[in-house]
Amino acid sequence: MDWVIEARDLVKTYKMGEIEVNALRGVSFKIERGEVLSIMGPSGSGKSTMMNTLGCLDRPTSGEYILDGESVGEMDDDQLASVRNRKVGFVFQSFNLLSRLTALGNVELPLRYAGLTEGRKDRARAALEAVGLGDRMTHRPYELSGGQQQRVAVARALVNNPAIIMADEPTGNLDSKVGKEIMNLLLNLNKDLGTTLIIVTHDPKIAEQTQRVIRLRDGELDPASDEHKGDHS
Amino acid sequence: MSFMQAFLEALESLNGNKMRSGLTVLGIVIGVAAVIAMLAVGNGAQASITGSISSIGTNLLFVFSGSVQQGPAGGPGGGRSGNNDRPLTLMDAAAIADPFAAPSVEAVAPVIQGNWGLAFSGENTTTSISGVTAAYYSVRNLQIAEGEFINEEHILGQMSVVVLGPETATALFGHADGIVGETIRIEGQPFRVIGVLVARGGGAFGSEDNAAYIPFSTAQARLIKRSSRDEVDVIFVQATTAEAVPQAVEEISNIIRQRHRTPIGIDDFTVFTQQDFLSTFETITGILTIFLGGIAGISLLVGGIGIMNIMLVSVTERTKEIGLRKALGARKRDILLQFLTESSLLSFIGGIIGVMFGWLIAFVVGQVATATGNNFTPIVGMDAILLSTSFSAIIGLFFGIYPASRAANLEPVEALRYE
Repeated sequence: MDWVIEARDLVKTYKMGEIEVNALRGVSFKIERGEVLSIMGPSGSGKSTMMNTLGCLDRPTSGEYILDGESVGEMDDDQLASVRNRKVGFVFQSFNLLSRLTALGNVELPLRYAGLTEGRKDRARAALEAVGLGDRMTHRPYELSGGQQQRVAVARALVNNPAIIMADEPTGNLDSKVGKEIMNLLLNLNKDLGTTLIIVTHDPKIAEQTQRVIRLRDGELDPASDEHKGDHS
Repeated sequence: MSFMQAFLEALESLNGNKMRSGLTVLGIVIGVAAVIAMLAVGNGAQASITGSISSIGTNLLFVFSGSVQQGPAGGPGGGRSGNNDRPLTLMDAAAIADPFAAPSVEAVAPVIQGNWGLAFSGENTTTSISGVTAAYYSVRNLQIAEGEFINEEHILGQMSVVVLGPETATALFGHADGIVGETIRIEGQPFRVIGVLVARGGGAFGSEDNAAYIPFSTAQARLIKRSSRDEVDVIFVQATTAEAVPQAVEEISNIIRQRHRTPIGIDDFTVFTQQDFLSTFETITGILTIFLGGIAGISLLVGGIGIMNIMLVSVTERTKEIGLRKALGARKRDILLQFLTESSLLSFIGGIIGVMFGWLIAFVVGQVATATGNNFTPIVGMDAILLSTSFSAIIGLFFGIYPASRAANLEPVEALRYE
C-alpha cells in the first residue's frame, strides 16, 4: 500500500492554566494516497486539533506522524513550515485570501515561500485556469463572489502540487448550490491529479460524498465509524 | 522570499493604509528635519564666527606677558599674572620687528590699554582706550570712515589726538560723522578727534567699535601709570603669510626668551595666534552643534517609537494574515523580513522627506537672517544628511525588531484562529 499519512498513537495535550486538556488521546490510522476522506465529529471532539496536526500546523505531544514519508513529530518550526509549503494545501471555511493581492498574487504566495523565482506567474495562472478562473486573475478578493473566492483558495492550495489538501469546512460560508460546485471541483481535482483530499466537516451531506469517513469523539477514534465506501481498494 | 519581493510587498502593504503610514512617516520626517536644520544652523554659526575672527586681521599673532601655565591671562590685554614675569616692553617690540632676527614678521604694533572716561559737553562714556603706533592700523586691518589714523608725527609729538570707534563716537556726539576737529576730554585732559573708524561689528574681544585710540607716547606720558616707562600690555604681530605664522611664533619666542633670560621651558610670556582663537571657538560652536543635534535627535527617537507603536498595531491587526502566511509555508525569517522591511521603509521614506524638509527649514532660516541683516548662512553638510538618514534607518530597524519578532513567533494555529 502507498500510505500518504501514517498516524500512530497521536496524543495532543493542551495546558489551559492548571488544567490539562486532552484533545487527542491516542489516535492511529493510515490514509492511502489519492484517497478522499472526511473527518467528522461534534465540537470539542478534537476535530480541529486533528486537522492542525495532520496539516503540520502543530506537533503532536506524543505519537508518530509520517506525512508523505517524512516524520513530522520531531521537526522544528522552520522545517514544519517547509513541509506545509511543499506537502499541504489548505482550504479554509472563510477563504483567507489577502485582500491587498489579486487572485494571481494570492495563488502565487506559496510559490514565493517555496523560494521559486521563475515561472511563478505561469504556474499560478495554470492553477487558476484549473479551477475555472482564467478570466479573473487580476481581480482582488472583494471583486469576486464567495464561490469564486473559494476557487482562488483551492487554486492556491494545489499550486505547489501538495501531497494532501486539507479542507476545513470548505462549503461552510457558501450557499448550497455554490457549495456543491466547490465540492465537485475538489472531487474532480482529486480524480484528475490524484491529490489526497481530507475534508473536515460536520455536514453529513459532505461526508456522504467521500469514500471514507473518520469520526472523532472525545479525542478518540470511533473504530466502528471508519467506513470505507467505493471500490478504490 | 527575496529582498526585492519583501520590498514590493512592504510597499503594497504601506500603500494599503496610506493615512496611517503617512502619519508614522511624519514622526520621522520631523525628527530628521530637526536634526538637519539644527546641524545646519550650528555649522552656519560656526562659519559665521570663524569668519568674523578671520576679519580681525590677517596672519595676526598676539604676544602678552605671563605664561598660560601660570594661569591664563585671559587673552590679550588681560594683564600679567602679577608675579615674577617680566613685562613686555617697547624694546621687546623693537626686537621682534628686527627683520634679520625675525624674517617671518611683517609688522609689529605694541599697545597699552586701559579703561577711562571720555566726555564731550556733558555726555560721558567709559571705554577701552589703546595707546597705539601707526603700524596698528594695518596690523589690525582697520578702516577709517573719516579723518585719519594716528601717524608717526602724532607719536613723536606726543600729541593729544584721538581716533574714535563709531560706537564711542555715537555715545558722545549722538552721531558718528562730521565730528573730526571736535575736542573731547579723556580723564579731564583735552584730546582732538582726528578720525572715526568704520563699524566692523563684534569681534573676539567684544565690540571693537566701542573703543578709542590715542598715540602710544601720549598714553604713556599722560594716562597710563606703569612702573616701567616702556612697558606694553600686548604686542600685535603680523606674520608675512598665513603659512609663516608657526615660524613667526618660533622666532618671536626665541627673541623674547633671549631678552628675558627665562629658564628653558618656563616662558614668562605667551604667543597666541589667530589659529588658537579659531580652534577655541570651533570647539565651542562644535559643542553647541552637538547639543542642538542631540535635542533634535530626541525627536527622531520619538518618531522611532511611533514606528514601533504602529508596527505593533499592524502586527495585531494582521495576526490572521500572519497565520495564513505561515500555513502557506512562511518561515520565521520570512515574516521577520516582511515586517522589518515595512518598518525600515517607513523610516527611510521619512528620512528622505526629512532631509528635504530640513534643507528647506535651513534655507528659510538663512533667508530670515539675511533679511534681518545678520550675515549668517546655515550650512547643510553631506555628513548631516548621511548621519540623519542612516540614523533614521537604524531607528526603523531597531524599533521594528520587536514587533517583527512578535509577528514571527506567532503560533500558526493561534494566529489562524484570531478574528
